[in-house]
Amino acid sequence: MSEESVKDKPLKIDYTPPAKSWLEPAVDFRKGNYGYPASSKHEMYLGLENPREWHPPEKDWKLPKDWKEIILKGMEDRLSRYRSFRLFLDICVRCGACADKCHFFIGSGDPKNMPVLRTELLRSVYRKYFTLSGKVFGKLAGARELTEEVLKEWFYYFFQCTECRRCSVFCPYGIDTCEITMMGRELLNLVGCNINWVVEPASNSYRTGNHLGIPPHAFKSTIDFAIDEIKEITGIDVEVPINRKGAEILFISPSADYFGSPHWYTFLGYLLLFHEIGLDYTWSTYASEGGNFGFFHSADLAKRLNAKIYSEAKRLKVKWILGGECGHMWRVIHQFMDTFNGPAEFLEEPVSSITGTHFDNAKSTKMVHICEFTADLIKNEKLKLDPGRNDKWKVTYHDSCNVSRGMGLLEEPRYILQNVCNEFYEMPDNTIRERTFCCGSGAGLGSDENMETRLRGGFPRANAVKYVQEQYGVNLLSCICAIDKATLPPLLEYWVPGVEVAGVHELVGNALILRGEKERTTNLRGEPLAQGEPLDSPA
Amino acid sequence: MGLWYSISGVLALLLLVLIGVGGIRLYSVFGIFIPYLAVILFIFGFVYRVLKWASSPVPFHIPTVSGQQKSLPWIKADSIDSPYTTGGVVKRLALDILLFRSLLKNEKVELEAPHRLLFRTSTLLWLGAMAFHWSLLVVVLRHLRFFLEPVPSALVVLQRLDSILQNLMPIIYISDVILLIALGYLFFRRVIYPQVKYISLPSDYFVLLGIAGIVISGILMRLIYKVDLVQVKEWIMAMLRFRPVSPKGVNLFFYVHLFFVSLLAAYFPLSKLMHMPGIFLSPTKNLRNTSRNDRHVNPWDHEVKVHTYDEYEDEFRDSMKEAGVPVEKE
Repeated sequence: MSEESVKDKPLKIDYTPPAKSWLEPAVDFRKGNYGYPASSKHEMYLGLENPREWHPPEKDWKLPKDWKEIILKGMEDRLSRYRSFRLFLDICVRCGACADKCHFFIGSGDPKNMPVLRTELLRSVYRKYFTLSGKVFGKLAGARELTEEVLKEWFYYFFQCTECRRCSVFCPYGIDTCEITMMGRELLNLVGCNINWVVEPASNSYRTGNHLGIPPHAFKSTIDFAIDEIKEITGIDVEVPINRKGAEILFISPSADYFGSPHWYTFLGYLLLFHEIGLDYTWSTYASEGGNFGFFHSADLAKRLNAKIYSEAKRLKVKWILGGECGHMWRVIHQFMDTFNGPAEFLEEPVSSITGTHFDNAKSTKMVHICEFTADLIKNEKLKLDPGRNDKWKVTYHDSCNVSRGMGLLEEPRYILQNVCNEFYEMPDNTIRERTFCCGSGAGLGSDENMETRLRGGFPRANAVKYVQEQYGVNLLSCICAIDKATLPPLLEYWVPGVEVAGVHELVGNALILRGEKERTTNLRGEPLAQGEPLDSPA
Repeated sequence: MGLWYSISGVLALLLLVLIGVGGIRLYSVFGIFIPYLAVILFIFGFVYRVLKWASSPVPFHIPTVSGQQKSLPWIKADSIDSPYTTGGVVKRLALDILLFRSLLKNEKVELEAPHRLLFRTSTLLWLGAMAFHWSLLVVVLRHLRFFLEPVPSALVVLQRLDSILQNLMPIIYISDVILLIALGYLFFRRVIYPQVKYISLPSDYFVLLGIAGIVISGILMRLIYKVDLVQVKEWIMAMLRFRPVSPKGVNLFFYVHLFFVSLLAAYFPLSKLMHMPGIFLSPTKNLRNTSRNDRHVNPWDHEVKVHTYDEYEDEFRDSMKEAGVPVEKE
């Protein structure tokens, strides 16, 4: 396996650019650096273009005969539909400020991972076919013919971008490579070039409601399992309503929360919290996925998947929607959902029935982030918390790209953390908040076959974690993104052994003192509590 | 490679104007026809490009958020980096346009050890860009005195301030000196830093060399090969009245200066220089971060195929019933 070969020898990072000009397309599909192509079964289920069996390292990609016309027409179409696309292709001055802002460049040294060059891969083709200077001056103006080699390069590098928007923060014009990558992927889709870890989860979400393809009875049994586990840990019976009509709130979270690890403990945290405050809410099996893998494919597929949330809210006649810990799910909800599938006039402006707080910032979309919700509960002293139950952990917080740069949710999770744990340490300023580094596995890159790319992309994040580990003995990285929770553990195991990953609401669940609970002897992971236990002092 | 193309290109153009004017005396071509053409190309090209951008809609509400959102009343929101009012957006844009605030955030990443990163604040590019753009603005404003009669007093003051060092040196403008140094920096960073060199295109060097041609010919005219400024002004006023005459009492350096200005003006709309109007339209910068309370409408929004609840229940009804999950149809 590629993963093992990577672990055997340390990754080399060299920032010296190669001698050959980037204008010459060259891509080497080395194992560990690309995702497997989308399976035709799932492409067909979703009705996507050119479903077939193919493999990137092979010469023949089985493209449609008129693939070039398709791409160029698709480009023209998108230039007229997206101002961002046309503008960002036109105004870059190649100042290079973005170059060392991309985690993939920092971890690989591959110059085509500099945001400016990632975009030039597409921009060069734009110049050739859509600009006067490119048509007249050709290569001198940085214009390139669209060839199969160029297309292969697009595939390689647009699936080596996690759409994290960090470059956009540093660009003097706000050029957002995420927009370019999204367009690049849309164009690749037109000729059937996408990866399976985007298409299969999207197809599963479309059919079963969640990306793991979990049918309703399995969803129900996993919830029953959680109820049992909570009973064991706290002695409390929690009720978990599913598809209940007339609830006040529909709760949507990424499906990994109820199937992945360490997501699971965050899931327990939600259930404890909702029980304790007596929230009138429901889960849904039809909309059992907050994450939107369609977003990594195309705007249309994102919209198709996102439609379920409002449609289910309408069917269940809820008043508003609460959303769990997830990164790109929140980018879609914050910046796209209302436009995609709104207006949600059948819903009401969100008001916390526990504190009476009006969430004015969600007046139109009518969906509130759980960190906003919980921070409000804590501020209004509606929760009894014992941060000592998290004393096992020295905690740091990883801002997920999408909730920071796509939303600006920075202080809410920090406020919660400061109330639920005693030792909290920030990573260096260059690596948090709007400058946060991606986990390196978002936007559909979180599969195993591209492990080298992931480890390289995650290196800057891991490097900052290592810093707080050495400085303060940090042993827990908290975050509010399902992809982070899935992909940071192997990343940290490689770069910073000894640091675990947890969701913020796992720590809330640990600290939360429930009415009528038995004395807790373990945290939600079933590990003995460090404090108040006669048999502690494990060190 | 791109560098040498650009240098030879600029030299060829220089030769062109030297032969054209000095050799075969095409005064009206270089003094009337080309400047007019350049202005027309500039204006129409500029407007065309901006309208072209404006004609593509902004389908989604995608500000790049770089600060705390406005959410709960007791959490201090960042009114500039996560602007929630139009005033905030204006401030954000103004800071970026006037002070290049995003560049000020720049930091350099280095490998301290094979697997250890070091972040250094790096303000040199910001400094170079600020020096370049602001001194260029002062130079352009100074030139307005050739176009306006009477010359506004503000311009006279600006000129006096800019030449405040003339007691120490021959009449030299501070802005000229800064502009040359900044140009030198912007040029040599493209040659020296391997990564910047790698991303640089011939057109990137060409623009810098072209501007250098303008600045150097301008300074030479001022210091050594003096031209009669009264004659220059008369020529400009005549051009503005559309009763053009070839400039008199001027030497070759004036034509070089004028030719490079014309070239750059004509080239402007075709090039990355359009970043100047472009930033105003940048949807990541010019939108408020109020995406959840102000509905944004996509003008080309279209229907997409969705998997309805009914379709879903039809497939999973048995499974739902088995699990005791409520269904619509028994």
